[in-house]
Amino acid sequence: MAEATRAIEAVWRIESARLIAGLARMVRDVGLAEDMAQDALVAALEKWPETGVPENPGAWLMATAKNRAIDRMRREKTYERKREEVAHDTGLLFALERSDFEAAADDEIGDDLLALIFTCCHPVLSREARVALTLRLLGGLTTAEIARAFLASESTVAQRLVRAKKTLREAKVPFEVPRGAELDERLPSVLEVIYLVFNEGYAASAGEDWVRADLCEEALRLGRILAELAPGEPEVHGLVALIEIQASRLRARRGPGGEPVLLLEQNRGHWDPLLIVRGRRALERAEALPKPIGPYGLQAAIAACHAAAIRAEETDWVRIAALYETLAQIQPSPIVELNRAVALSMAFGPEPGLDLIAEIEDDPALTNHHLLPSVRGDLLEKAGRQEEAASEFKRAAELTANDRERELLLKRSRQPGA
Amino acid sequence: MRFMMLMYPQIEETEWEPKGEAFEAMGRYNDELQKAGMLLSLDGLRPPSEGASVSFDGEGRATVTDGPFAETKEVVGGYWLIQARSKEEALEWASRVPGESCRVEVRQIFELEDFPQEIQDAYQGS
Repeated sequence: MAEATRAIEAVWRIESARLIAGLARMVRDVGLAEDMAQDALVAALEKWPETGVPENPGAWLMATAKNRAIDRMRREKTYERKREEVAHDTGLLFALERSDFEAAADDEIGDDLLALIFTCCHPVLSREARVALTLRLLGGLTTAEIARAFLASESTVAQRLVRAKKTLREAKVPFEVPRGAELDERLPSVLEVIYLVFNEGYAASAGEDWVRADLCEEALRLGRILAELAPGEPEVHGLVALIEIQASRLRARRGPGGEPVLLLEQNRGHWDPLLIVRGRRALERAEALPKPIGPYGLQAAIAACHAAAIRAEETDWVRIAALYETLAQIQPSPIVELNRAVALSMAFGPEPGLDLIAEIEDDPALTNHHLLPSVRGDLLEKAGRQEEAASEFKRAAELTANDRERELLLKRSRQPGA
Repeated sequence: MRFMMLMYPQIEETEWEPKGEAFEAMGRYNDELQKAGMLLSLDGLRPPSEGASVSFDGEGRATVTDGPFAETKEVVGGYWLIQARSKEEALEWASRVPGESCRVEVRQIFELEDFPQEIQDAYQGS
């Protein structure tokens, strides 16, 4: 019995996003579409253990969802209800009865899915709400799984989901794929959600709760789906390239005690070559498009530079510094500048890096951030200015919130050059 | 989680290369996997007569035997490497393979976390 339930849940996870998307196209409300899909799941859990999984489970679920909704609305029509409710349901009934899911072509299903992604990631929703809704409706994760993944309580996530669906309804967000300039405007909010999910998983340490580690895989899956649905968008491929290459380092980024191992100190033999190849291919797809690549594509190109170096000493720092310069132009950020300073110092020695840091040291985003003194300490040390380096490491140690990092920085402040 | 789906076509050498409808059906299936974001890689293998096997005699000595092999029913014809969220999900994908009479074996890939802590530590320390 438990085995049958697990098999049904597996089918559900494969079919649910398309099912919800198809229903949302008919009823123009993702919350209602989700309820209808859940009804169909309940029916499947009742029936399939006896009948077995039907030949075409997606079509079965869709037909069941529709029929159950139609039945319910017909039943409810007979009760005393407000006129607008009845009118609303009559409209829905009409939409459901004339819709023909069986006849939906592949690209229509694709369009529905894409519309669902854009709706879940609509900028009218907070970042947390977008993430939760995307994992719920596109990933098929349960509320409990999302809660565990984001170290939140189940009731918090449940509330967040309810509110998100209400917000979409009240804002009358149309269920559609934005086109033209609106697409360009809204795509970043979709990509941001996928990257957030990836980073949440990436930040979780090895051996922790599987749900958290699985977030990386879920983000990769969502990214790859999006790449097939929106193949003409270079930033989609750029994001996929970036997370494939970052995921290739998952096995190499922890030492035996669980401590983080920095990129340049990782055993590159532990990088996953399959994911590197996949990342590089995604980057090539991005670069082959007429639209220019953006911040994700550039970060992916930087990651690809690292991936191409068999040994850390072979890294093409000149190219990386140039890529950071382009990135800083299209997406100015003091953190990007800091990274550029590091790349410059690796390519041309510590001086150009220190000059650049001097330019950005007063940026409010960096005050009280340990990264600036930590990088400057590093460059000063390389320049042979050990005493200045020591005081920078000390300052960085005071600013970091991470115990392990503080330990390391204090050690470096005591023995510069070590 | 990653799974390898190994395809045993259970056909004779002469029918080895899929043609026409079978080929198209397989293409559609591969597209589905790709669109679902599950497919990591796939390959079809050339017929066993072009292959060879290397066997070891118990003392580490290798002997090469040219294909084809005696049991054609038990010869791998290709594989898919997929990412799935559970074994059940991988099995569901395997049961959607457009095959008439073949066998698809589903095997989970070892991940680092599957090994005992001391082996993980040794790996990460290397």
